[in-house]
Amino acid sequence: MDVSKNKKLKDVEISFPIVYGTISFWLGKKASEYNSHKWTVYVRSANNEDLSVIVKRVVFQLHPSFQNPTRVVEQPPFELSESGWGEFEIAITLYFHSDVCEKRLDLFHQLKLYPEEEAGPQSTKKPVVVETYDEIVFPEPTEAFFQRVQNHPAANVPRLPPGITLPPPGSMEIEKKRGDTKDHPLSQWFSNFSEADELLKLAAARQQVQAHIAKLRRQLTMIEGMPQQSKALSGPGQQFGHI
Amino acid sequence: MDAKDILGLPKTPFSSSQEKKSRPPKEPQRKPDGVSREVYALTGGVGMAPLMPTVEASHLKRRPAAEKEKVAWQWLPFTSSARTDNLQLYHWVRVVNGVPPTGDYQFAKYNKKVDVHKYTDEEYEKYLIDPAWSREETDQLFELCERFDLRFIVVADRFPTSRSVEDLKSRYYSVSRSLLIHRARSFDDVSGNPLVKDSYDAAHETERKRALSALLSQTKQQEKKDAETLAEAKRIMESRAASKTVDEAGMPSSSDNAMVPVDGVSPLSSTHPPLTHPNTAANSSIPNSLRTLRVYLRTHALDQMVQAASASAGLRVIKRVDQTLQDLGVNLKPKVPTKAVCIEHLELRNEILTLLNLQKQLQNKEAEVSANRESSFTEAPSTPKRSNRDIDRPFVPDTVGFTGERAGKRDHKRKNTGRFIDAPPSPPQSKRPRKLKGSD
Repeated sequence: MDVSKNKKLKDVEISFPIVYGTISFWLGKKASEYNSHKWTVYVRSANNEDLSVIVKRVVFQLHPSFQNPTRVVEQPPFELSESGWGEFEIAITLYFHSDVCEKRLDLFHQLKLYPEEEAGPQSTKKPVVVETYDEIVFPEPTEAFFQRVQNHPAANVPRLPPGITLPPPGSMEIEKKRGDTKDHPLSQWFSNFSEADELLKLAAARQQVQAHIAKLRRQLTMIEGMPQQSKALSGPGQQFGHI
Repeated sequence: MDAKDILGLPKTPFSSSQEKKSRPPKEPQRKPDGVSREVYALTGGVGMAPLMPTVEASHLKRRPAAEKEKVAWQWLPFTSSARTDNLQLYHWVRVVNGVPPTGDYQFAKYNKKVDVHKYTDEEYEKYLIDPAWSREETDQLFELCERFDLRFIVVADRFPTSRSVEDLKSRYYSVSRSLLIHRARSFDDVSGNPLVKDSYDAAHETERKRALSALLSQTKQQEKKDAETLAEAKRIMESRAASKTVDEAGMPSSSDNAMVPVDGVSPLSSTHPPLTHPNTAANSSIPNSLRTLRVYLRTHALDQMVQAASASAGLRVIKRVDQTLQDLGVNLKPKVPTKAVCIEHLELRNEILTLLNLQKQLQNKEAEVSANRESSFTEAPSTPKRSNRDIDRPFVPDTVGFTGERAGKRDHKRKNTGRFIDAPPSPPQSKRPRKLKGSD
């Protein structure tokens, strides 16, 4: 590989929105004592694109009472199905392709089999879904990596800072194997993570706080604007008494 | 199943009644001699000292070698050098090996006498005349002082004319002092004498006693008020010093920016409209610890940035920020932590910090104003406290909650439901004892 391609891009970060979690089905009549639920743990792209563009393999570390508790998944979709009766924390380790990052990344997820009490009784129809949204961030990626993923749908790639130009991606082979999770059998249970909702909520909250700050500032100005003497004589204490 | 089954004891239906019957007659027999009935009833004979010594005698410190001496106590007569009347009294004496102790009575040395100066007529005429005191009074004073060993309280009590303790002391010490000085060959001979060195100051003593009695007779309310006043004064001094340093630092004193950046929150974030350059803003605020990483999760970055932003704030302030976030219906940790969301979240936290700061400032200012007003005495000091209380009230947003659920509630729920966290799951193949199933 060209040496210049290993140059790092300063002030650029590439991120991959991901979702990890579990979906568990109660087995209902078929449930036995030690085998009450069938569950799937997975790491997927938040928009269900193919994560194998960066992820080489995923290791799921199950509870030691499972046979071969360390499960390695080398191919997308990065998921694992098991059955059991107990909830425990699953450690998920992501290994990346060598041009992406040599470091691995650890995620932790608490397996959940039993629904919240207010969600009603267990049913075989409706699974218990717990998903977490996060973003894998690669700060200062190499130029090669940048070029390789800049048009990939799973990636959030920023525009390059002015002054840096990279040759347009060549005739990059569109991988034929389907590693995405768009037609995943469980996809109807995937949660929706809406950035817009979150931003809206935050904007509303900030507006309130800012209005309050402005109010406090006005009150402070009023107090400061008053000369000591007139304060003592006229005693306008009450007028800024209520917020 | 009861304790008997576990211990493998025979289970007979009458065992308990038998026990009850057999016990009462036993007790009087078992009560050892030398133990009072009450003690025995309390301890039930259980907490008694063990019969065997628990510490080996050889481990203890040896007794002093005086084992062989014979000690006896005898009723013997004695004389005391402190007495002048040769009165014969008796007391018990420790006699070792038949030899009674010799020497003076051991308490005679405590019979101290004050050496009260005597003056001659000539001396009195020459040095000691005081228009406030007659010769007779002075004589009486010295007589009483000798009799009661300078116990001036007693002297004042016995003194025929009514004179204060300070008056008596003043006269006594001034007379003694001039006697000492005039009798000495030179002033240097007596300059080291305490009577000469430190003259008695009656006015000072009177004032000292008055102040002490005022302090001791102070009521709780007065004490509290004093403490409040002092605290208030200290706070005002501090705020004045703070505003002074701000002025010196060349801070613009225009009304909007006049706030002091306490707790390290710059007023910048709130005076400017929300930043619309997520790229630059985020990169500049990413902690150095993350920059060196090749890969990290967005939530980790957010956690670190939140920590960095509130590093200078106290734990209480941080808690209040979280509380305010919850009141606003915002998740403490964003559910969709994209870059933009994280930046907004941080901005919101910073703004809340600014808000809390302003609240504190306003509160202080209000207190200052009311303190000033109180000190000027031009108005009844009843009104100002009211406004303080209102400001003290924590910030409560006008409308709470949007579509999303509250973050705090959600976290709480999660904690409650970890039923199987500790219980290991069981693979289908393995056979497990049934009792583990009990929690289902």
